Amino acid sequence: MNVIEVKQLKKIYNTTEVKVNALNGVDLTFEQGEFAAIVGPSGSGKTTLLNMLGGLDEPTEGEIRIGGTNILELSSSKLIDFRLRNIGFVFQAYNLIPVLTALENVEFIMQLQEVPKKERQQRAIALLEQVGLGDRTNSRPSKLSGGQQQRVAVARALASKPKFVLADEPTANLDSKSTANLLDIMEELNRKENITFVFSTHDQRVVNKARRVITLEDGQIISDLKKE
Amino acid sequence: MRKNLTLAWRNIWRNRKRTIITAASVFFGVLLSTFMTSMQEGTYSKMIDNVVSFYSGYIQIHQNDYWENKTIDYCFTPGNSLLETLKNTPDIVFHVPRLESFTLMSHGNNTKGAALIGIDPPKENHLSKLSHWVVEGNYLKPGDDGILLAVNLAKNLGVEVNDTLVLISQGYHGASAAALFPVRGILKFPSPAMNNMGGYIDLKTAQNFFSVPNQYSSLVLMVSDYSEVNRVKHSLKRDLADSYEIMSWDEMDPLTKNMIDADRSGAYITKGILYTLVGFGIFGTVIMMMAERRKEMGIMVAIGMQRSQLSAILFIETALIGLIGVLAGFAISLPLISYLVFHPIPLTGEAAKAYEEFGFEAAMYFSVQWFIFARQVLIIFILTLVIYVYPLVKTYGMKLTRALHA
Ligand SMILES: Nc1ncnc2c1ncn2[C@@H]1O[C@H](COP(=O)(O)OP(=O)(O)O)[C@@H](O)[C@H]1O
Ligand SMILES: [Mg+2]
Repeated sequence: MNVIEVKQLKKIYNTTEVKVNALNGVDLTFEQGEFAAIVGPSGSGKTTLLNMLGGLDEPTEGEIRIGGTNILELSSSKLIDFRLRNIGFVFQAYNLIPVLTALENVEFIMQLQEVPKKERQQRAIALLEQVGLGDRTNSRPSKLSGGQQQRVAVARALASKPKFVLADEPTANLDSKSTANLLDIMEELNRKENITFVFSTHDQRVVNKARRVITLEDGQIISDLKKE
Repeated sequence: MRKNLTLAWRNIWRNRKRTIITAASVFFGVLLSTFMTSMQEGTYSKMIDNVVSFYSGYIQIHQNDYWENKTIDYCFTPGNSLLETLKNTPDIVFHVPRLESFTLMSHGNNTKGAALIGIDPPKENHLSKLSHWVVEGNYLKPGDDGILLAVNLAKNLGVEVNDTLVLISQGYHGASAAALFPVRGILKFPSPAMNNMGGYIDLKTAQNFFSVPNQYSSLVLMVSDYSEVNRVKHSLKRDLADSYEIMSWDEMDPLTKNMIDADRSGAYITKGILYTLVGFGIFGTVIMMMAERRKEMGIMVAIGMQRSQLSAILFIETALIGLIGVLAGFAISLPLISYLVFHPIPLTGEAAKAYEEFGFEAAMYFSVQWFIFARQVLIIFILTLVIYVYPLVKTYGMKLTRALHA
């Protein structure tokens, strides 16, 4: 069963004087349990593609199905709810709500889902332990390093039990040690719990960890390699 | 809801200085506005009190057309149905009869025209505390044959207590009225206008003097509360049909009423400007708050928070800042005003003179009615609602891809 199914995706930006074909007919599917990297030079359309997959922006043309649902048919508030229940997000940096502690940030998304308090707390603590932050649950984001913040963001993304996690250059602002650490955690979650990760990057070490590498250029897929 | 409140509370303290400055502007607005309103209301109620207790009472009942003519020919004997109605109207605390007309008073070579008011001494005292103002001699006893004179009038006539005064007037249907009245006491009112006005004699004596046995020119009604006046008046009008003339204090003294109304509208403008400034202060803070947090708000909606909830949080933040200002304002103004209600600020110099010329005691009065404070809460709430349009439009119009890039 495909978690994500994209057909003939096109995105044209008209905002600037010149039209930009950010995506130019992308066909793509992801299955449950994939650990996939989207790579390509800056401006090749990685962010645009991830935004489409996450229901954060609408394509100019094409179809997006997530778990069988055509998300382009959803009303805007239904779409927000759909994201809440199906998609985990990790953004480039400064992902967290600054006034909430690490624990509260992870709990926050479950509060939106109306998970009962007790269950929510237990799960948040367990997730923070999994990402190696069991001792920092009460720290606010400003007291955490960039790498720690990204690990909290991963914990938060998983807290909602999504069908898959999207991460747009999650390591772009991290040093090499934190990068390796974050990737190890993501890989472990993928292996042990079969969580689907789709992330963009132009860091070769990150690419090496991926089991599938999709390369974009000028809004088109120029290669799609699966390892193993 | 509780989560929204927690988030909002923490958010407003992210920029502590700005929140304090904004709340302070609300604080000063509330402080100024409550003081101003309290002083206005205190002054108005003092004005009304003066009118009411010294002169008209809250409501008067007359023979039809009395007020236009004000002569002894328009007096009446209250019928049983009238007395019954007064008794059965719940908010009428008591009523006091008066018989009023105009006389010439003379002593030696001095003659002055002045008002003469026949009163029931104990009842009148209950209504207007007349005996409080006796500075020389004594208050009238029931059935007394003497007269109480206002102090300036007594001075102008050159009389003192125990001197005898000649009163000449016209009685019922042109009958002549003349009699001698020993001066029992001198009245000095806090209001200078009253000190020129006239004299008081016993009601029975007055009825004899004017040849109108058992008749009154007016029944003065005391109503339990100022705010009940209009209701009581309408209920009486209904019950008594057109058999009597029923007037409230503002009809008998339109000057005072107009003065109050004009002053109120002037004050509304001042307060309107004040709150507009406060409103812009809050608005500026809201704009900055939203600009700083664009990315964060984008993330919240991206991961699954409804825009309605986000805008609710922003509303709570604005309301909280307003509330802090209002509560801080009350913390100062409520005790201070409560104190000033019982300890009016005395005026001196020119201001004092101006007050006295208008017939007022030279002091600044305050009022601590609940609506003065409730209104502040309401105004700040309305301001918050109006300002809320901005976060509402912004959160619903927010483009996620752009907000996430911010
Ligand atoms: N909001 C936008 N308005 C106009 N052009 C955009 C916008 N976002 C991205 N683009 C353009 O679309 C192309 C793809 O951008 P993007 O998806 O951000 O690439 P990447 O993430 O691979 O660097 C680029 O040429 C970029 O300039
Ligand atoms: Mg990008």
